[in-house]
Amino acid sequence: MTLPKLRDIAQKVRSKNAGPFWLTIDIFCGTPEAFEQVQTRLKTDAVARLYGAETQLLKRFEMADLNVVKISLPRPATQGAIDDRDMHGASWAALLAEMEL
Amino acid sequence: MVRVLVPSGALGLNYDKEALARGVAAKPDIIAIDGGSTDSGPSYLGRGVSKYARSSTKIEWAGLMEARAQAGCPLVIGTAGTCGTDSAVDWMLDITREIAAEQGRPLKIAVLRSSQEPAAIAKAYGAGKVTPLPNAPEIDAGLIESCTNIVALAGVEQITEALNTGADIIIAGRTTDTAIIAALPLQKACHAGGAWHGAKIGECGALCATNPQSGVILIDFDTDGFTVTPLADGAHATPHTVSAHMLYENSDPFILYEPGGYLDVTGAAYTALDDTSVRVTGSEWVASVDYTVKLEGARGAGFQTVLMALIRDAHYVENSERWAADIVTKCSAKVLDRLAVGPDDFTIEIRIIGKTASFGTLETNHATPPEVGAIGIVTAKTESLSQEIGKMLNPYLLHHPLTLEEEVPTFAFLFSPAEMPRGQTYEFALNHVLHLDDPMAAFALEVHDIA
Repeated sequence: MTLPKLRDIAQKVRSKNAGPFWLTIDIFCGTPEAFEQVQTRLKTDAVARLYGAETQLLKRFEMADLNVVKISLPRPATQGAIDDRDMHGASWAALLAEMEL
Repeated sequence: MVRVLVPSGALGLNYDKEALARGVAAKPDIIAIDGGSTDSGPSYLGRGVSKYARSSTKIEWAGLMEARAQAGCPLVIGTAGTCGTDSAVDWMLDITREIAAEQGRPLKIAVLRSSQEPAAIAKAYGAGKVTPLPNAPEIDAGLIESCTNIVALAGVEQITEALNTGADIIIAGRTTDTAIIAALPLQKACHAGGAWHGAKIGECGALCATNPQSGVILIDFDTDGFTVTPLADGAHATPHTVSAHMLYENSDPFILYEPGGYLDVTGAAYTALDDTSVRVTGSEWVASVDYTVKLEGARGAGFQTVLMALIRDAHYVENSERWAADIVTKCSAKVLDRLAVGPDDFTIEIRIIGKTASFGTLETNHATPPEVGAIGIVTAKTESLSQEIGKMLNPYLLHHPLTLEEEVPTFAFLFSPAEMPRGQTYEFALNHVLHLDDPMAAFALEVHDIA
């Protein structure tokens, strides 16, 4: 049995810089049902492992009125540093969208 | 009531001219536009230059100066020239003078400068007046002094000083995105939470509405809150689009820190007035005891040369990462052997586009694509060393075999020469705040009268 990926449940997952030192990922679930599924099945520590971040540094917001789960974390590399791969933090969402829940 | 017209999320992104004319006809009290951001990376701050073409900036700014003259209200740009350094402000002032001469109108221009002397910031750091924000890099006085540019982000206090000069046009250096919109409503005693919240919703132009590319929005501020109205045909603000905009580029969707306090939108209520306008009330401004402004700084981070090869041979595509790692090892050894440099003087990295260029070791999808790109990145202490190592890397990317037994392979180069010098690179060096006794202490205001 294959587990569903986040992108199979949520409508859209996007990521963006929140300043040069933070990355923020918005999960637009689309419906209250999808929101509830993401809320319960998406584990904060699993997200931290996915990005190689420390769990206690992740900020998680669940906004039922928007059906949005938002996760902010220290950027995997500071924006524009020589080890950075993504100036605008645009692609990092794909890693989460493809995570199995 | 204070009516603010926001033409777009940034000067250089263009705006809908018809919608702007509608905004001017609605008699705004001020036209406010953002001119920059850190979002395009540290090079612009490091060099003190704009990312947008001068010609585009001039055409769009001329349109806004014309709109200002028609509306008879002030026009303010924050974070002029992408990074808001004094050099970028002077670039914007120069463009403004040119347009003023062409339009033939006398003007009073206020210029707010945000650049900081690195030595002065290092001194403030020594005095405990520079403190870190979450996930700030480690700094010391030497690192601060090595920055090529440092700016402080002005808030409403400094923009208000500029407004008080009675200027027609305000060209501000680095400011928070919100300050240029919130300043006039706060000066006119509108609801403080509403002023900051409306400014945050409006700072990206019509991004808070449907048809986000159209740019132009109108925000009405009053003593209870604010109302936002996009002005382009087919653009609609809904409680969903407006409240969802607090997610955008914010690490916290409820709290926004600004000089002098923070905005809390936890209690905000969003109501549709019709199918285009949204009314927002219930946001709260919490003033802080200490007055701080955020600092941004950039410093040189070496000189880069990049090379790119395309790999289409299935055996090499499959083993591309092993191939790349072997090249880095062998080429680094050759550099140390042939040049009088140490291991700290350079780095060689090869990223495999098609496999792990986006996420590196964090990648979870290990499918094999039909082709990959190998991008070689040399970073070195000097320009000449960077180019010299780039030339040493060239033959490896062209011919390096996976094993010694096989025929020497050849890979596809896109260009001749294959080495692309990128010059000096920069890195963001500060994520800190500067504590000020007087909000104007780190800023300078000047007025230019153009006859």
